[in-house]
Amino acid sequence: MSNRGPVATHRSSTGIPTGRLATWWVVASEIFIFGGLIACFVLFKLNGTPGFEDASKTSVAAGAFNTFVLLTSSLTIVLAHAAIESGERKKAFNYIWCTIGGGIVFLIVKTYEYSGKIISGDTITENLFWSFYYTMTGLHALHVIGGMVIMALISFDILKGYNFQRVELIGIYWHFVDLVWIFLFPLFYIANF
Amino acid sequence: MSQSATAIQTDTHAEHHEELSFLYKYILPVDHKMIAMQYMFTGLIMAVIGGFFSYVFRMQLAFPGESVPLYGIVGPGEYNMMVTNHGTIMIFWVAMPVLIAAFGNYLIPLMCGCDDMVFPRLNRLSYQIFLVSALVLIFSFFVKGGGFGGAWTAYPPLSTVPEYNLTDWGASLWILAVALEFVSFLLGGINFVTTAMNARAPGMKMMDIPIVVWFLVIAVILFMASVGPLIAGAVMLFMDQRIGTTFFLPSGGGDPLLWEHLFWFFGHPEVYVVLLPTMGIVAEIITVFSRKKLFGYRTILYTAFATGGLSFVVWAHHQFVAGIDPRMANVFVVTTLLISIPIAEMLFSYIATLYGGSIEFKTPMLWALSFLFAFLIGGVTGIYLGASALDVYFHDSYFVLAHFHYTFFPITIIGMFAAITYWFPKMFGRMMNETLSKIHFWGTFIPFNCIFLPLFFLGLAGQHRRIYNFSHYPDLATENLQDVRVFATTSLVIMLLFQGIFLYNFFYSMFKGEKAPDNPWKANTLEWTVPSPPQHGNFKKLPTVYRGAYEYSVPGRESDYWPQNMPPDKN
Repeated sequence: MSNRGPVATHRSSTGIPTGRLATWWVVASEIFIFGGLIACFVLFKLNGTPGFEDASKTSVAAGAFNTFVLLTSSLTIVLAHAAIESGERKKAFNYIWCTIGGGIVFLIVKTYEYSGKIISGDTITENLFWSFYYTMTGLHALHVIGGMVIMALISFDILKGYNFQRVELIGIYWHFVDLVWIFLFPLFYIANF
Repeated sequence: MSQSATAIQTDTHAEHHEELSFLYKYILPVDHKMIAMQYMFTGLIMAVIGGFFSYVFRMQLAFPGESVPLYGIVGPGEYNMMVTNHGTIMIFWVAMPVLIAAFGNYLIPLMCGCDDMVFPRLNRLSYQIFLVSALVLIFSFFVKGGGFGGAWTAYPPLSTVPEYNLTDWGASLWILAVALEFVSFLLGGINFVTTAMNARAPGMKMMDIPIVVWFLVIAVILFMASVGPLIAGAVMLFMDQRIGTTFFLPSGGGDPLLWEHLFWFFGHPEVYVVLLPTMGIVAEIITVFSRKKLFGYRTILYTAFATGGLSFVVWAHHQFVAGIDPRMANVFVVTTLLISIPIAEMLFSYIATLYGGSIEFKTPMLWALSFLFAFLIGGVTGIYLGASALDVYFHDSYFVLAHFHYTFFPITIIGMFAAITYWFPKMFGRMMNETLSKIHFWGTFIPFNCIFLPLFFLGLAGQHRRIYNFSHYPDLATENLQDVRVFATTSLVIMLLFQGIFLYNFFYSMFKGEKAPDNPWKANTLEWTVPSPPQHGNFKKLPTVYRGAYEYSVPGRESDYWPQNMPPDKN
């Protein structure tokens, strides 16, 4: 590991490495952001707000496929972590790029869904359901894109031989992004009443 | 010491700091102390802007329609813009940066005995985002239509529909600035919590951490847990304004009450987010200046946990007249009255600390004691407002406004002056002039009461908030009520003039003041064991901690204080 930075960074009073601890706090703060949006959505839905039956218009097949893709990419990032634990840098690099590939497939499907809906007139201003749909899946997609960019940066770092611990950290984040989707999928695709 | 290849691995650090260029020392620093200064000075500049706004709109209330010196005639739109941005600035750009970011940055690494924050560059980034947010807010005052004028709570549909608020871009830039500020504090907060959790000096157990560090950390966690839904809400409000969604507009199926819930779910914990750092600062000061161990360290800590927990279930007491279900209002009355118990417990512990101590009335102590007094009034009047039956009458009156300022003025302004006068010697290596500090204290504290005590009575007389010109309301335009307004405004002007003494004292002492010793107050915490001002890297040799922070007047010891890092076998 690099010797740069202050002593503070390398201390560990809790026994948890600083990077991991901070990543969990990032995840905690994200939970409240997505939690706020999900709570708003659920409250409107339970209130019987008109328009929420439009959930039947979203394609369960596309959503299920995307769920499968994201879950698989979570597996590959775990494999990348396992590989870097045993020092196999090239293998970890490949697994990270498998994960990024999963993210790309996810976004392609998402783009296909968005464009189809916009063409058929279900835009963000159509009704509250679609407002929530685009806001929440859009915010989630931004998190996917951010995760992919960071992963790409990390992949080259580990090839050069430093910051191995960051594979675990991006893995924690990626699992969180995955988990958010696990909530969004039933809300927007399955619960069409 | 750097030559010896000694000892503990963590001590081999930071002695070889080369001299940094001006750019990296003052403009783009990674040193937590310099970043703290950046936050503090940005906050003080914003405080001048927010204070100027309060001067202008108070003058308009006292002398409606007359030209205000240094400003001119105040139009109704300008009045709304100033009221709104006074609130926004004072909370988000003064209280938060000065109390949490500046003193958090300064104190957490020093008090925990480490050389910097765990993520110095993240720290710099959070300041830069904060600076951008402040600039966006200031920029919003100058766009077409002027700055946002829909009150700092930004209730829709007023805040969403340009035809209603008449500040199309001002409203959007306002929400953008607030959102950026939240991002900055989330990043900074993660840094604070991680530093306090992980980077403490060897030997510093959980119960040895100074109260102020504990409280800063709890405050940051409260902020993190409460601001998330409001960030989501801010995105939704912004989209309502600019894209045409209808999250908060009944016209398209949305619900304006939802915004109120999101806003106050953040807004009420926010009170405790800024209260706790000041409570911590006051705890440090009263122990040092009464030379006594803090009464009930654990009790104080647990009451802070209780306050933090309860603060998440009281928010709807802001909405008693907003059309919420009265049965729900009952629940929130109970929780609201409950939260006064831990806070009262905390105040009692502080008073018990004072009991029997050898009290020294130095300026920081005066500020700390005045905080206890003023916040007590703020807290007690809050009990009236927390009862829904009374709140129906008091709601949106000057009683609320006076109550609010009796909590936030002590928290923000008194807390800030307490902290600055107490840590000034450490920050700048020089002492402040004690006489001028005391004149400034009395010149602030007395007028503060003269401003806000009368406003309670105006509120009881039925005076409503956010009114541009009371002469349009015959019931409220009577001579005796107007006299009270003039009295409050005059007191405000006097108080603002006394701030000149502070500014003179602050800058004069910074350059010409008497040199400060390392530990002028004979305090125990670790920041006083390093030179004033501390060097880059803080400690020559990173300290080990042997005891809690409040071992004052321990029987059987010669000196009445016992620094945390002094080995037990020495005296």
